[in-house]
Amino acid sequence: MVRFENVGLRYGMGAEILRDISFDIGPRTFQFLTGPSGAGKTTLLRLILLALPPTRGLITLFGEDSAQLDKDSITALRRKVGVVFQDFRLLDHLTTYQNVALPLRVQERDEANYRAEVTELLHWVGLGERMHVYPPVLSGGEKQRAAIARALIMRPELLVADEPTGNVDPSLARRLMRLFLELHKSGTSVVIATHDLALMDQFDGARRLVLGDGRLHIYD
Amino acid sequence: MSDPLPTASPASTPPQAEDNEDVWSDTPLVPPESVAGRALAIVIAIMTFLAALTAGFALALTDASQQWRGAVGLEMTIQVMPRTGRDIEADAAKAAEIAASFPGVGEARAFSRAQSEELLTPWLGAGLDLSQLPAPRMIVVRRDGNGRLDEIALRATLDAALPNAVLDNHGAWMQRLDDMARVVVGAAIGIFALVLTAMGLAVGFATRGAMAGNREIIEALHYVGAADGFIARQFQLHFLALGLRGGAIGGGAAIALFVALRLLSRRWATSASGEQAEALFGSFALGWGGIATIAALSVGVALLTGFMSRQIVYRSLGDFSRRPK
Ligand SMILES: Nc1ncnc2c1ncn2[C@@H]1O[C@H](COP(=O)(O)OP(=O)(O)OP(=O)(O)O)[C@@H](O)[C@H]1O
Ligand SMILES: [Mg+2]
Repeated sequence: MVRFENVGLRYGMGAEILRDISFDIGPRTFQFLTGPSGAGKTTLLRLILLALPPTRGLITLFGEDSAQLDKDSITALRRKVGVVFQDFRLLDHLTTYQNVALPLRVQERDEANYRAEVTELLHWVGLGERMHVYPPVLSGGEKQRAAIARALIMRPELLVADEPTGNVDPSLARRLMRLFLELHKSGTSVVIATHDLALMDQFDGARRLVLGDGRLHIYD
Repeated sequence: MSDPLPTASPASTPPQAEDNEDVWSDTPLVPPESVAGRALAIVIAIMTFLAALTAGFALALTDASQQWRGAVGLEMTIQVMPRTGRDIEADAAKAAEIAASFPGVGEARAFSRAQSEELLTPWLGAGLDLSQLPAPRMIVVRRDGNGRLDEIALRATLDAALPNAVLDNHGAWMQRLDDMARVVVGAAIGIFALVLTAMGLAVGFATRGAMAGNREIIEALHYVGAADGFIARQFQLHFLALGLRGGAIGGGAAIALFVALRLLSRRWATSASGEQAEALFGSFALGWGGIATIAALSVGVALLTGFMSRQIVYRSLGDFSRRPK
């Protein structure tokens, strides 16, 4: 689904943050992306999301060369990818419900058609009571769950989550991880960036992509 | 998926959207209230007001000049000059008679001495005795409106009968009036164009400002799969609302001003100086047509505002999503 070949990236005129990165994310796979803070995890995820063009190398997404994509195909690809940002990126002037419904709304679907679906998902992540409040009054963990619900609402083929357990207590982190695993079992490829070693150890079998010194090491 | 997460029990009661149908309705994606937005609405209001004033005055003036032209164009005057050795009263009566019997003339009315004196009173003061002055006598000739009046023949007939009668069809006056009206309308169009240009620039700046200020929202929308057209439409809605607000305020103020002027001119019309003003400027009123024009102008301003910002957003989104930040 995602293929990197000798990808390098530098911001502006700075040093290369990522060097010769090559890897594959297949369908129905589950992997952690890890490495010390500042190693470039978020940067790598942004490359996958086509938020940045690589300085060199080739990125293929769902079989398409990222450099050849026009705007409409980028939009179409993004609709197949769910994202959970490290900083959530919820819109503060929309309610939790409206935030989670956003991916459907931008496709100009009729609100009446998805209300039940969104409400159900919100209950399922435990935000049923917080549906009509605005993100600034949500706790960190609640925001996290809202961001996750927004990423899941479209039933994406690929889920990319940046530190999705960074703001929650260990037991909630485990529950969220189980949620991602269930998603994976139902057919979605999942990439989770984290530097929480204890968390990864609980899911021992999972593939690990480890970033260090700008290079990527893969442990299957 | 069977493992629901624990429901957070609300420790405090945070601001909660009202629990009615409204909570589901779509909040605008570009936040409606901002200082810059209010400033733009004010700029649009002022610009619309100025544009509407310009358009309104130009319309009122064109109207007035047309009224004038219509009234004056129906009339001609014969001036009978006093000459020593001629009886001006008899000559005036004769000229009126010739004119009245001429084909195409509806009515020819000689002003008596008393009437002439009354006409001149506002300029020369009361207690005027025209018999002391070598003042000409006027005969107003009114066309009957259907048949064409052969002015050259009438002039020839008058010349043959009375050496001291001059026919004036007000052609020179009307020419001048037309020129004036044309100059004023031209100037109005120029001012109008300037005001619209300034407003366009303001909208452009405001749109770019709003894009910069809402960059995070644009990014989030992109990530959840919004097409550029969709995002541009959100900004269009935002600016359309601002434009409508500003246009309504500016256009409304202009309409109020013209209505007030009309009421005032009605009050003045009962006084003598008011009659003169009315003669010069027509009834100095913007009719329903003019008011509709101003209203249409205000709506047009709003539509233009929305359309412009949509174009700007759509164009600048082109490279927005793929630029390293
Ligand atoms: N927009 C940017 N412009 C310039 N440099 C940047 C930018 N974003 C990130 N960097 C740099 O790139 C490097 C990698 O950053 P990145 O955010 O990808 O790290 P990370 O692995 O996600 O770290 P963390 O675990 O703390 O989230 C850092 O040195 C950072 O300073
Ligand atoms: Mg990061």
